[in-house]
Amino acid sequence: MLFIKRQFPLVVCFVVGVAVAVQYYIPHRISQDFIEGLSHWEIIIAAFAFFLGLVSVTQVHVAKLRRRSPGWGFSLFFFGGILIGVITGFLSRGKQITEAGAITSFGWMYNNMLNPLQGTMFCLLGFYIVSAAYRAFKVRSLQAGVLLAVAVIFIFSRVPLGQYLWEATIGGFFPWQLHQMVEWVMNTPAKAAGRGILIGVSLGAVATSVKIIAGIERQYMGGKD
Amino acid sequence: MKPWNLLPLILTASLAAAPAFAAKASKAAPAAEDPAMTVRPVTGLKALDMPYDAGEGILVRWDVMPHDEYAAVYVVELSSVSAAGPWVKAKEVRSDQGTVAELGFPFWARPKAGQRAVEVKPLDLFSNDSDAAKARVSKAEYFVRVRATNGRQVADSEVVTGRAESDWFSMPRLNNLIFTLVFCGIVLWFISHARKKDLFLRRIPGLDAVEDAIGRATEMGRPIYFLTGRLDIDSISTIAASLILGEIAKRIAQYDTQLKVPHTYAMTMAVCQEITKQAYSEAGRPDAYREDINFFITEDQFAYTAAVNGMMVREKPAACFYMGYYYAESLLLTEVGASVGAIQIAGSDSEHQLPFFFITCDYTLIGEELYAAGAYLSRNPVLVGTLRGQDVGKAFVMLSIFFGVAFATLGVLIGREGWVTTMLEIFKSY
Repeated sequence: MLFIKRQFPLVVCFVVGVAVAVQYYIPHRISQDFIEGLSHWEIIIAAFAFFLGLVSVTQVHVAKLRRRSPGWGFSLFFFGGILIGVITGFLSRGKQITEAGAITSFGWMYNNMLNPLQGTMFCLLGFYIVSAAYRAFKVRSLQAGVLLAVAVIFIFSRVPLGQYLWEATIGGFFPWQLHQMVEWVMNTPAKAAGRGILIGVSLGAVATSVKIIAGIERQYMGGKD
Repeated sequence: MKPWNLLPLILTASLAAAPAFAAKASKAAPAAEDPAMTVRPVTGLKALDMPYDAGEGILVRWDVMPHDEYAAVYVVELSSVSAAGPWVKAKEVRSDQGTVAELGFPFWARPKAGQRAVEVKPLDLFSNDSDAAKARVSKAEYFVRVRATNGRQVADSEVVTGRAESDWFSMPRLNNLIFTLVFCGIVLWFISHARKKDLFLRRIPGLDAVEDAIGRATEMGRPIYFLTGRLDIDSISTIAASLILGEIAKRIAQYDTQLKVPHTYAMTMAVCQEITKQAYSEAGRPDAYREDINFFITEDQFAYTAAVNGMMVREKPAACFYMGYYYAESLLLTEVGASVGAIQIAGSDSEHQLPFFFITCDYTLIGEELYAAGAYLSRNPVLVGTLRGQDVGKAFVMLSIFFGVAFATLGVLIGREGWVTTMLEIFKSY
């Protein structure tokens, strides 16, 4: 039993990890089919795991309702939402548009409820960027000053009015045009820094993979022994 | 000097230049009787298996022809029925195309030069995309011919047969294999040596602040939030985040503080439950572990964000950890965390979201530090050994960049761009 719980997952991890790594160097159709089969398995396992998630989220909300925790009314919305979603999904056979082109109740919910809610959340980003930028652009050090200067150039370059104002006022003092400066910042220092991060990330990812495949790092299966 | 005195000089120069002009004119618009201009069937035609592929391509090769310099066009045609056709046009190349360099292989895997080389894919011509059709097409034998034309004349080659076969090794990826094996060897070597002696670790302020964050939460009696990112457990950054969760959960268990780990994927939740349970057990507090530490919310990006934001506003956590890969929700989450006064520590390999984390979080682990965090927090000598392996890898990359830039500059200065191209092929991904 201990073998099934401890050693067997390590063996599976090692065999599959090595196989997937080796597969990258084998272009044969068998190799392609193998990786495709693995991805199918992943989808199947994820589908089963979704039930785990459903159980988890149900337990959380049932506990909230039972304890009458603050905000327990939202849990009612959760169960109501699931119920309505499942019923409309079944009635619409999982389709948003019928073959005749008419919108189903499921599609109506998606277009008129979920989409606007998602859009609202996304729009909050605009406000948060402003408040975050306000904190970031406080000139408290030399680095923050450089950040502010580059940010001002970027803001001017991205807005037509900014471009006009730049050219009409201080643009003449610079030997380069506004868009040239922005392109240089993006293509030279920003790209160099980004690539540096990516190289580090890649090496870190390979090292972590080696640890897991070799069974050195086994926390993910809940223990060391 | 009188103008008429120049006349003999002009005449002499014109006579001397006439043959050169005539030669140039004949090349631009050759006379019909010029034998070199006559389009002939290509010779040396071969239909070979395209190397290093999954049985999708046929490599068609033929000799460089004398009429190539007169802008000939070659049409490669395939038939799946017989040598008499019907023919399907597979590819058309000009006489200045079809070199082995165009196949995109590095110098160590490139077919021999000297003949034209064109890849054609029967799958694109005779398959309807179904797996059965693909299997049939990749096993079949095809008839191949090359039609040469210059717009006025047409000459068909002999018909040859070829078959596309799957290959067992991708030679162009040999460089990748060597680098990977060497790097893995270095990592494993350092792991084996780390057992024998302590290795120095550079300080990472973001991870040193973990104790402070947990201590603050304990003093304030507020929960700690730990997020594992927007990707599922099949992402290496989520795995790294879950390993960090294990180390942080051990400390939280010792302080008896409340931990909350909201998940966006159920599979990640299942793995994190095991990790957290083990962490509480190792900390000597299995009694403090609760199944609802890890809980699933939803896979939808903004619904998840809204739920976590709502919980943050209601429960006002003292510390928030954002580890793993994030998209647009990074700023939405961290800005709300900042507004409730939480100590925030982020670690992400999502380079586009790092600026948002820098602005809104107290500490940010950049890229590779995310992968180093588990080893750093645990101080497990075996795991620490992998960090030294990563350092050696980075030193190699830095030296490669330095010498690569120097070599490339030198190559251009002395007019040897070919060397530069060859050197770059060693570091290229195929």
